Amino acid sequence: MKKFSMKKLFSFLFNRKHSNMTISYGIVVLMYLIIEVLIKTNNLSYLLTSLLVPTCCYIIVALALNLVVGFSGDLSLGHAAFMGIGAFVGSAISNYVYSLVPNIALRVIVAILAGSIISGIFGYLISIPVLKLSGDYLAIVTLAFCQIVKSLLNNIYLGFDDSGIHFSFINQNFTLDGGKMLINGPVGSTGNTKFSNFTVAIIMVLFTLFIVFNLINSKYGRAIKASRDNKIAASSIGIDVIKAKTLCFVVSSILAGGAGALYALNYTTLSVAKFDFNLSIMILVYVVLGGLGNIPGTIVATTILVLLPELLRSLSDYRMIAYALVLIMIMLISNNETIKNSFNSLIGIFKRKDQNNA
Amino acid sequence: MLFLTYLINGISLGSVYAIIALGYTMVYGIAKMLNFAHGDVIMIGAYIIFFMIYKFNLPILLSIIISILICLLLGIIIERLAYKPLRKASSLSVLITAIGVSYLLQNLAQLFWTSSNKIFPNIISNGSFSFGSISISYLTIITILVCLLIMLVLTLFVNKTKIGMAMRAVSEDKDAARLMGINVDRTISITFAIGSGLAAIASALFCAAYPAVYPTLGSMPGIKAFTAAVFGGIGSIPGALVGGIMLGIIETLSKAYISTQLSDAIVFAILIIVLLIKPTGLLGRKVNEKV
Amino acid sequence: MPEKKLVLQANKLGIDFGGLTAVNNFNFKIYEGEICGLIGPNGAGKTTIFNLLTKVYEASRGEIVLNDKVLSKVSTFEVNKLGIARTFQNIRLFNQMSVEENVLTAMNNDTDYSLFDSFFRTKKFYDQENQKHEKAMELLRIFNLDKDADSLASSLPYGGQRRLEIARALATNPSLLLLDEPAAGMNESETLELMNTIKKVRDTFNIAILLIEHDMKFVMGICERITVLNYGQILAVGTPEEIKNNPKVIEAYLGGA
Repeated sequence: MKKFSMKKLFSFLFNRKHSNMTISYGIVVLMYLIIEVLIKTNNLSYLLTSLLVPTCCYIIVALALNLVVGFSGDLSLGHAAFMGIGAFVGSAISNYVYSLVPNIALRVIVAILAGSIISGIFGYLISIPVLKLSGDYLAIVTLAFCQIVKSLLNNIYLGFDDSGIHFSFINQNFTLDGGKMLINGPVGSTGNTKFSNFTVAIIMVLFTLFIVFNLINSKYGRAIKASRDNKIAASSIGIDVIKAKTLCFVVSSILAGGAGALYALNYTTLSVAKFDFNLSIMILVYVVLGGLGNIPGTIVATTILVLLPELLRSLSDYRMIAYALVLIMIMLISNNETIKNSFNSLIGIFKRKDQNNA
Repeated sequence: MLFLTYLINGISLGSVYAIIALGYTMVYGIAKMLNFAHGDVIMIGAYIIFFMIYKFNLPILLSIIISILICLLLGIIIERLAYKPLRKASSLSVLITAIGVSYLLQNLAQLFWTSSNKIFPNIISNGSFSFGSISISYLTIITILVCLLIMLVLTLFVNKTKIGMAMRAVSEDKDAARLMGINVDRTISITFAIGSGLAAIASALFCAAYPAVYPTLGSMPGIKAFTAAVFGGIGSIPGALVGGIMLGIIETLSKAYISTQLSDAIVFAILIIVLLIKPTGLLGRKVNEKV
Repeated sequence: MPEKKLVLQANKLGIDFGGLTAVNNFNFKIYEGEICGLIGPNGAGKTTIFNLLTKVYEASRGEIVLNDKVLSKVSTFEVNKLGIARTFQNIRLFNQMSVEENVLTAMNNDTDYSLFDSFFRTKKFYDQENQKHEKAMELLRIFNLDKDADSLASSLPYGGQRRLEIARALATNPSLLLLDEPAAGMNESETLELMNTIKKVRDTFNIAILLIEHDMKFVMGICERITVLNYGQILAVGTPEEIKNNPKVIEAYLGGA
């Protein structure tokens, strides 16, 4: 038996390989605890409470997108589509099995699983053309995919009643005898039972972290990163670049789909318009501001940026302008040579101090 | 015969896309960046024409010229303040900044002019020419002619003038161009100015066809034109024309013959197919990485 | 002495780019444990031959036989699985990964845990990861890079980056190693050290090594057989001594004066 010691645990948690993991899980758990305390003591506004689950969903999608943009090095503008697919599959399934599966926990799990799997299938299908391209051409195809999915979802009419499932495309050509519309064209999905549970959402975030870290810190992750850094060198050492990137893209789309399903369950109505190109862009902003390949950074940046417009509420009409200005300023400042250099030399001083101590 | 009418309308819509696509393609060629705020310059252009005509009662042509000048200036200002400091930054940083500029323009418009639709004035008279059983509106014809004229002038400008040659040199190799004594910053500024000026012209033509002005007006034509630029091969001026017109025709024909609701899906699906067959667009150059 | 095993054979290999014939009628053989040189003036087609052997380009003519099997139309990554590893003239490392990770990645095809193992961190996962870690450190030690195992590949000095590229190629267990100007940009003492390392690699792993190099001292000092290329054609083949005294080679290098 190995003897347990605090010191060993500490050095395991904070060594170079694990510190990112420890910090990421730590942030999420800490956030959860703080918010639970705030809720219990009635210190959280109604508005912020309603944002808890969506924030978790955005964190998951941002982590998923960071897999593709940060680790695989491919710019995807289509992740809103995966979230949308997951959302509508999830809400349709949860409505359909509503009477069959009275247990709410089971229903939620089934909805999220279904959303993830279908989104993963779409992720695989679109990865075939997408990964044949590179750079901005790859980005535009993901954007095109996003527009296609939105356009198709807008035209799906799906409902069920005692006589079974009814489906039509472009125009609704059936009437329901009782039953329920699952997807009603551009109107989307309405009159759903709301399932909003912060604990479940946090568990999903932790699960996502688990998947992301265990993928990245393995031979698969190394193949993905190598393909990002240098495609030609990667294939010269026997790595199937397309296969590595496909794996990354599919895992990412599965996670994004699951987040979409969780997001859908949080609302009584869900419209297709929500999952458009602007959502893709918004998530990309979280990823870039959090740092490419930086997982704790993605979590923090997403949380701040989702809440920022709310925190800026006192600025009323000016808040979105302030948001835009913050975005531009962050980019300008973080890329400013003088500021960067002085920041680096500041870190350098601390590093030297560390070495002197050691 | 109906088909011919659709086709001509498609070419006309495509001409507007082509003019906007030029802005994307020229900026991409020279600064290697996707200028996501380009669509919003169209929106600003439309508002300026609207106010020049209704508030100041200026003649139509003068209003459009003022709009072109203001957009030109706006393009230069955006480039100076937001993009120039990021010349050496990663392309993603520039992309996010462009998105920030796009949000900023949309929200400024919303703050000043509210989000409600403004009805765009009728700048081109409603009549139409008839050729046998086909009738084509003046607007359609003017749009196509303006597009062709712009293409002609621009091609001559890029190939025959000193500034045009500087633009081509900078897009080929920035550092080499600088060593040859070309003022790279000024050349990039001029490119942004031209692109933004073209956006103002496009806004006049677009709003003449779809007469509603609102803060997010530029998004959809922006994305479509961007698609058109990629379609034709981003960075290529004739590519923008070909891509724009193809896109316009596909969109109009699929609206007419297949489904109005699905026209977007069809346009983007064809884009994906084209890129699979020609990964750098119809007229794009293939760049091989040297091993 | 027993016959040495033939590793690679190229028969009448050639490629055209558009109308230009870059390489033509290239015949070549290399045996196990042999170090061969490929020299020639700039633009003679040396790197193109590397690209043909690794299927970065598909040859227009001729055939490649690797370990008794004809290489059909396969991808670059499959060529590596069949036994050819290479380095690049302009160093191509995985810059944002650590030195050790660069080498570990090259052992991927030799690591057979599944996606399930890596998600659920099974014993198999840890066993194999530890084993590969040991092996990677061993390799890095040969190239004197073990102390930098945790630094970013891009932070290594130039000579270190060149050595890491060779270590990474070796980690794939090749039977033929192609080195594209391994000594470029190195000073005299570094070059000397590299020569010893390459010989050591040959002796330890008993593999065939083909290298392109402009540093004549290096080539003459390390290669057993040299092929001289000019305008895509073989100009001469021979031992270093023969090549040194070949009038055709001297003319190609000094120009027809």
